[in-house]
Amino acid sequence: MGNDILIELKNIKKVYDQDTLVVEDFNLEIKKGEFVTLLGPSGCGKTTILRMLGGFDKPTEGTILLDGVDITDLAPNQRPINTVFQKYALFPHLNVYDNVAFGLKLKNMTKFERDKKVRKVLELVDLEGFEKRSIHTLSGGQQQRIAIARAIVNEPEVLLLDECLSALDYKMRKEMQLELKSMHKQLGITFIFVTHDQEEALTMSDKIVVMADGEIQQIGTPEEIYNEPANLFVADFIGESNIFHGRMTGPKKAFFCGAEFNCVDPYQKGTVIDAVIRPEDIKITEVEKGQITGEVLSADFKGTFYNVVVRSGKTEIEANSLKYYEPGTEVGMKIAADNIHIIPYDNSINHYDGMVYGYHEGKGLQVAFADFTWYVEPERVFPGASVKDGVVVDASGNAIRVDDVRVEAYIAPTDMKLSDDAEEGVITGNIVSFLYVDDHYTYTVRTKSEEDYVVDDVDLWNQEDFVSLVIPEDKVTFRVVRS
Amino acid sequence: MIPYAVFLVLFVVLPLFVIISYAFTNGNGEVSFENFIHFFQNRKTIGTLLYSTAIAVLTTVFCLLLGYPVAYILAKGEIFREHSLLFLFVLPMWINFTLRITAMKEILTFFEGNLAYHPFFNTVFCMVYDFLPFMIQPLYNALTKLDDSMMEAAQDLGANRLQVILKVVLPLSIPGIVSGITMVFLPSMTNYVVLDLVYNSTYIMGSLIGSYFSAYDWHNGSVISLVLLLIICMITFISNRLTRFEPEPETKKRRTA
Repeated sequence: MGNDILIELKNIKKVYDQDTLVVEDFNLEIKKGEFVTLLGPSGCGKTTILRMLGGFDKPTEGTILLDGVDITDLAPNQRPINTVFQKYALFPHLNVYDNVAFGLKLKNMTKFERDKKVRKVLELVDLEGFEKRSIHTLSGGQQQRIAIARAIVNEPEVLLLDECLSALDYKMRKEMQLELKSMHKQLGITFIFVTHDQEEALTMSDKIVVMADGEIQQIGTPEEIYNEPANLFVADFIGESNIFHGRMTGPKKAFFCGAEFNCVDPYQKGTVIDAVIRPEDIKITEVEKGQITGEVLSADFKGTFYNVVVRSGKTEIEANSLKYYEPGTEVGMKIAADNIHIIPYDNSINHYDGMVYGYHEGKGLQVAFADFTWYVEPERVFPGASVKDGVVVDASGNAIRVDDVRVEAYIAPTDMKLSDDAEEGVITGNIVSFLYVDDHYTYTVRTKSEEDYVVDDVDLWNQEDFVSLVIPEDKVTFRVVRS
Repeated sequence: MIPYAVFLVLFVVLPLFVIISYAFTNGNGEVSFENFIHFFQNRKTIGTLLYSTAIAVLTTVFCLLLGYPVAYILAKGEIFREHSLLFLFVLPMWINFTLRITAMKEILTFFEGNLAYHPFFNTVFCMVYDFLPFMIQPLYNALTKLDDSMMEAAQDLGANRLQVILKVVLPLSIPGIVSGITMVFLPSMTNYVVLDLVYNSTYIMGSLIGSYFSAYDWHNGSVISLVLLLIICMITFISNRLTRFEPEPETKKRRTA
């Protein structure tokens, strides 16, 4: 595999219908011959990136370079790139031969040469002799292969694959994964694959680009992505994981889940952290040998192991074990230092830029932040301030400027609550993501104006749920931002 | 089931039976082929058949040439992806067509003076105007059903815009083209009201039936109706053949063998 860069995506931004941001600040380099997977939940912008590479969409901002040449505005038919579409997009009015030869017929090529190429590529996808067959007589797996054949027969430099395995059943998908991988090896061209299936991504790729919300969360090899997730989203999205909230108690020492653990990540003492531990990395022991102890709640058979759920205090912990444990049994648990992955806590959540728009007699200071415009007591924004003769003054009695003052508002996730009664809360939105941390769920709620609110709640809600946010007004804190 | 059968017998089978029985009998109620012989030997009726076929063919061709780009832009154009625009083209369908043709007659009179000088042109012009929405509608339906990824796939494989249309869009919209043609061709052979409204002295098949019937000659009128019915059947048969562009899978036969 060469080290030279084939594709460069620089500062890509894509906005649909003037206001829907799908991709932002997207930077990626793809090497020649690499198998790169764009992985993320639906709506994360991965297909948009692929479409921009194929030329079907144009980025609102940014450039795409192929071999150092700007191809951002090139039409799809002018790019040495071919696509395998999600639903294959085979032409129903043409037979297998005409489908595969579609691209070749548009080039000046003798019939002899064309026939030879079609025969060769059909052999490669294991469908020799299918030339005369009509598309409708093919199974899903065969259509898939024809779609691949139709793309690679043109000998592109890059092959784009858009969730093209998702329509196949489980076994077929597994088989195609391996076949695609060996095809990639055989052809030596760059494959860019889009999927929402993490297992698929881990199996096939040289490099995985994890995306969420139109932004890259992490780029790395499958091992890096799995073992060293850059943030909680990646940790939760890829594989199973236990997430515990805690803090560093010393260099390479972290306290979470009611105990202190040795770890390998050297963060400063006192840093608020989340610890990510895979179920297979938690070893169930006898009670006295465990770093933490708990009671077995359930043990489900998973084929090669049991998925054991243990409750320690209020926290539920998942561990994989080869042995079966009767629910109700007291057990201990041990976690090796290098199996604990520490992620520093994201301090920016629930901080909102705001503005003070003057003092209104009888109402208070007008503060606008996020989705709200509230009237609050002046001393909540300016500590020590009071009102004298309708003017806000500081502790020493001097008037304070209260017009157009930048502030930052903060609400702790634990201070908010979710409700399904739209009237109960102050604003409504949809749950865009959630994680199970310690003994509660952490939800991200997005309102219509695209503001995100992170809320801790013990009840289980679902992705996309429409919820009402209960924010106690007195729990919001304000801080003046000095520029 | 039963109400449907009753409906079928009352409004489809019975009238057809009446037409057939009139066509194959003479004035004295005896079975005869006289009427048919009269139709095919009479220069006037054959001339009318050819004349109205010419009108129908031209009308259909113009409707297709005008309607296809409109339907394409409505269905696939990026700016016009609004139902309101299709609405603009379909809206005239909701206005009584005699009203529309009367209005068109005024416009034509303004430009031509005496309408009697251009009977052929006026007929084709008014029919195209009248039947265009009937062509656009099925084309629009066929083109909206056409998956965008088909066109993207063609582009991806190296086709330019024109090649995409010729090699993918056009062949895949054949069902729409066929039903558009049937929707326009048949009415334009028979709709003599359009001719009457523009003070036309020429005859098409419809006018012929009309004139026989108004002279209480049910027998000859029925013959022409039957001939038209036959033409309809033929066109439907051919178009069904065209619409089914993929042959029956061969493998099924092989499997059973």
